[in-house]
Amino acid sequence: MSYQGKKNIPKITSDRLLIKGGRIVNDDQSFHADIYMEDGLIKQIGDNLIVPGGVKTIEANGKMVIPGGIDIHTHFQMPYRGTTTVDDFAQGSKAALAGGTTMIVDHVMSEPDTSLIEAHDQWRQWADEKACCDYSLHVDITHWNDSVKQEVDNLIKEKGVNSFQVYMAYKDYYQMSNSELYEVFTFLAERGGIAQVHAENGEIIAEEQARMLQMGITGPEGHVLSRPEELEAEAVFRAITIASQTNCPLYVTRVMSKSAADIISQARKKGNVVFGEPITASLGTDGTHYWSKNWAKAASFVTSPPLSPDPTTPDYLNTLLSSGDLSVTGSAHCTFSVAQKAIGKDDFTQIPEGVNGVEERMALIWDKAVTTGKMDENMFVGVTSTNAAKILNLYPRKGRIAVGSDADLVIWDTDAIRTITAKTHNSAAEYNIFEGMELRGAPLVVICQGKIVLEDGNLHATSGVGRFIPCSPFPDFAYKRIKARKQLAVLRAVPRGMYDGPVSEFSMSRGGTPSASARTSPTKQPVRNLHQSGFSLAGNPAPCGPPTPDDIPIRPAGRRIVVPPGGRSNITSLS
Amino acid sequence: MHSHVFLIRRQPKKAKQSQYLCFAVIVANPLLEVTFPKTQIGYSPLLTQAVFLNKNVQQFTFFIVFQSDRLLIKGAKIVNDDQSFCADIYMEDGVIKQIGENLIVPGGVKTIDAHGRMLMPGGIDVHTRFQMPDRGMTAADDFYQGSKAALAGGTTMIIDHVLPEPGTSLMSAFEQWREWADSKSCCDYSLHIDITEWHKGIQEEMETLVKDHGVNSFLVYLAYKDIFQLTDAQVYEVFSVIRDLGAIAQVHAENGDIVAEEQRRMLEQGITGPEGHVLSRPEEVEAEAVNRSVTVANQTNCPLYVTKVMSKSASDVIAQARKKGTVVYGEPITASLGTDGSHYWSKNWAKAAAYVTSPPLSPDPTTPDYLNSLLSCGDLQVTGSAHCPFNTAQRAVGKDDFSLIPEGVNGTEERMSIIWDKCVVTGKMDENQFVAVTSTNAAKIFNLYPRKGRIAVGSDADLVLWDPDVTKIISAKSHQSTVEYNIFEGTEVRGGPLVVISQGKIVLEDGNLHVTEGSGRYVVRKPFPDYVYKRIKARSRLAELRGVPRGLYDGPVCEVSVTPKTMTPASSAKTSPAKQPGQPVRNLHQSGFSLSGAQIDDNVPRRNTQRIVAPPGGRANITSLG
Repeated sequence: MSYQGKKNIPKITSDRLLIKGGRIVNDDQSFHADIYMEDGLIKQIGDNLIVPGGVKTIEANGKMVIPGGIDIHTHFQMPYRGTTTVDDFAQGSKAALAGGTTMIVDHVMSEPDTSLIEAHDQWRQWADEKACCDYSLHVDITHWNDSVKQEVDNLIKEKGVNSFQVYMAYKDYYQMSNSELYEVFTFLAERGGIAQVHAENGEIIAEEQARMLQMGITGPEGHVLSRPEELEAEAVFRAITIASQTNCPLYVTRVMSKSAADIISQARKKGNVVFGEPITASLGTDGTHYWSKNWAKAASFVTSPPLSPDPTTPDYLNTLLSSGDLSVTGSAHCTFSVAQKAIGKDDFTQIPEGVNGVEERMALIWDKAVTTGKMDENMFVGVTSTNAAKILNLYPRKGRIAVGSDADLVIWDTDAIRTITAKTHNSAAEYNIFEGMELRGAPLVVICQGKIVLEDGNLHATSGVGRFIPCSPFPDFAYKRIKARKQLAVLRAVPRGMYDGPVSEFSMSRGGTPSASARTSPTKQPVRNLHQSGFSLAGNPAPCGPPTPDDIPIRPAGRRIVVPPGGRSNITSLS
Repeated sequence: MHSHVFLIRRQPKKAKQSQYLCFAVIVANPLLEVTFPKTQIGYSPLLTQAVFLNKNVQQFTFFIVFQSDRLLIKGAKIVNDDQSFCADIYMEDGVIKQIGENLIVPGGVKTIDAHGRMLMPGGIDVHTRFQMPDRGMTAADDFYQGSKAALAGGTTMIIDHVLPEPGTSLMSAFEQWREWADSKSCCDYSLHIDITEWHKGIQEEMETLVKDHGVNSFLVYLAYKDIFQLTDAQVYEVFSVIRDLGAIAQVHAENGDIVAEEQRRMLEQGITGPEGHVLSRPEEVEAEAVNRSVTVANQTNCPLYVTKVMSKSASDVIAQARKKGTVVYGEPITASLGTDGSHYWSKNWAKAAAYVTSPPLSPDPTTPDYLNSLLSCGDLQVTGSAHCPFNTAQRAVGKDDFSLIPEGVNGTEERMSIIWDKCVVTGKMDENQFVAVTSTNAAKIFNLYPRKGRIAVGSDADLVLWDPDVTKIISAKSHQSTVEYNIFEGTEVRGGPLVVISQGKIVLEDGNLHVTEGSGRYVVRKPFPDYVYKRIKARSRLAELRGVPRGLYDGPVCEVSVTPKTMTPASSAKTSPAKQPGQPVRNLHQSGFSLSGAQIDDNVPRRNTQRIVAPPGGRANITSLG
């Protein structure tokens, strides 16, 4: 409602904007043209545009004009045990805009056993009130049952959410079992969602944490020691296996280590539909700081999966990002103050997790990947904006400079040099994990919803103007391949005669164990009476035992029963 | 009928020429008088005399006088895993006594002329499941039938898996298996123990088994959900215990959760035949579990042994892990080296069902060749058979539901010949490597070396005279196993045993098998095998972790709601530290220094491989923020 009202005002004043003499950089090509935008949309691109008089004009002087960044992973205003992260949607989105990011996608984190929809509505309310830029939401699935399933369905169909994250870590809190993951992935594949995964083996972490504390290691170094990168790689491998089994597109959030990145690139080489998201922190710094003598500094680096202590990791991840093995970048911006981090001063497992990075993301990638010659400017647009838009099914509205697209643009200064420090950053946190880092490349002008929000170093962000952008299911970028595979993956039973030889006696139960859930129905079956025909005109496919066909859950669409016509029972000779 | 025979061996007081007197008591149906013992004992070349003492209808008692236990093999090319050389070899009392030329041996010794043929250490089949109980049924080959098949193929030792039902004690299962094997096995044997559930009592039993009963390997299952499957956290704990005991962690690697889901899906789709078995267990699921167990093993610094490597992807994961330095061994089996999973689609249900084993044979027909290549290059190290066949009537329990088909294939008899044919004949490996993968590596990993797995003075006289040129067509008609189907049916293999010597006695000669039921001995295995643990020990010394000595944080601390992340039950692993979020703020005026040397964690039992590395004097005396 609020932006509806605003829409009318700019027609009179200056919601019209012309950028002259820019070099437009999309993910596929760069070209020189002027851009004219109106009402937050790009209306014309070309030379010698015919525009109304008195339009505010920006002279780009041949500088790059790129689609505004999309930070696909933020945790603004995240509640954590009664406190809230220090950057709320206003503070966080302001930081995003300052860095050239014009859209963020936040994670809705519901406590286990609470409703996903309620949590989603809560996040919508917070963001609508405060966000200074457009946003979308991922929803984290922290437990799984039929009502959650219903809610997920609802979120996809009515609420414009197409991506859901599951956790393989945080044992006894958010962690899901392999069977649950299988079911979530199966469901998402049917409904056209993207399965995101926080990949770490929570079971082993819990064991390692206990071991560390037993050994008297209580500081932040215990965090990284109890979460070695192998555990991340293991979980990534497992998630890929389950995703491939269920034919579901997979998105690995926070790729923090070489080994995890390697697993993703191997899987992509084998043809899996999997996307990897390194974050600002893993691309820009490393985990050596966990050993800092300054507790507060060390604690500010605590995030999960942790930063790798291997100092060559950032370079490696930048290389894979440049080669296309990793697809998108987020920041996982989730900042806590020192006092909040100090909850875990005597026990690293209690330190709230999260690092900054939403403001630094674009400049850092430019500095680490483009100025070093790993990637070109088009690829830069790909990994900071376009790929994310494609995965979320927002392309070409977002992530591209084209007529009809949203007027979220950044004029990029490739030569500006800035030193990152907590003194000048827009986040409310006391520490910046990139403190002292000198970065080349920065936004000169940032245009969000067709309005200039950054110019001459001055930020003019307006709290509450951010709109929720609904994401529709079945994004082509992920699902074209999935659909083709689904058609191929139909399994066929072998039509063979009924076995009519002798059958051994066997006991129904195995020892004293409760019967397995997966084995229940068939085991209870009495020995078949061979004199009784298994043939039935009702089309009942298999000689069913006590569980009547009505008990069998509704068959998911997209699967076909492939018994030969007429059922199997009319073949009686052994071939 | 054999089962009615009880042989009792006695050494007479004056054992002239080390003769053995054998005293056999036959408790049998008198009607079996004619058919019985002559067939069993009469075939033995060792038998020179049989004296019937009592022709009582109810009970036959007779003496048998055996020949000398001494044996000389002349002119053999002795093949060990490191080198081959020509020499004569003399053995006595089941042990190799001399190796060399022109040996001085007692007169009248039975002599075999090898004519320059290869003489190699008898095979060790590291993975058998003879007589395995499954839901009230028992695997078709018992220890007699199974070990007989092993000997016929040139394998002179087997290591069987003890599979305790969850809820029963490891010890009682172990004793049960000992009893079965002692009474029936024809060759030496040892036992792996499968861990099918996890609690404190199991840990104590494992200690007893390692310390007092000569067991040094334990298998955990990542598959068979709700039956044998353990969680990652349990596997972590089992591996930690195994590492401390100096044993080997074996793993059945398949993701049981996914398998259960896929099985349900298959049955829902109406796929009930054996093809459903392989469709519900794709090789990815195997590779995933291998990867996971490698991770847990690395984390716990525990040596890992992957049983039944059935697919390319799983073997790739092992090969990669080895390149990264993990102590991991892979065991392909006869079936995965010799055939593939295309047979699951056979129109003959009984044939298709005969191939059912887990992990399943890969439908990719290039798999055997690939695994043979990795075996030859050393990425995979040992070979077993996982011999556990069921007859067709037993398999038919799952005729309407593949998930009920009892699992297991044959392969103990075919193992040596298949590997010779696929690897040595094709030039992938040489004869020494052949000895390594069929015998020596197994002996080293399980701490039997050099008693087993090597031809050397003092080693057991378990030998095979190998004929590299003989060809044979494998068929259920001629195999030793009792089952109706042989999964290698019709495969022509080159290479086979000519003479097999077990415990210094000839058990196969001129194509005739002369085995003695119950002659197999249990071979104890000590913990901490050098081959495996040298590296583990070095690593545990390096892997010490250090905390950072830093001042106490004395800045502001946020208030925390006391019940964080509510409602979930506390995990066992998190109990002590995570439960105290509301620790009182430390009183800095009170000294943390104590002359007694007592520490806060003194009540926590320390593992012997870990050292506490807090700086001397404790951390409390540093008060300035660094």
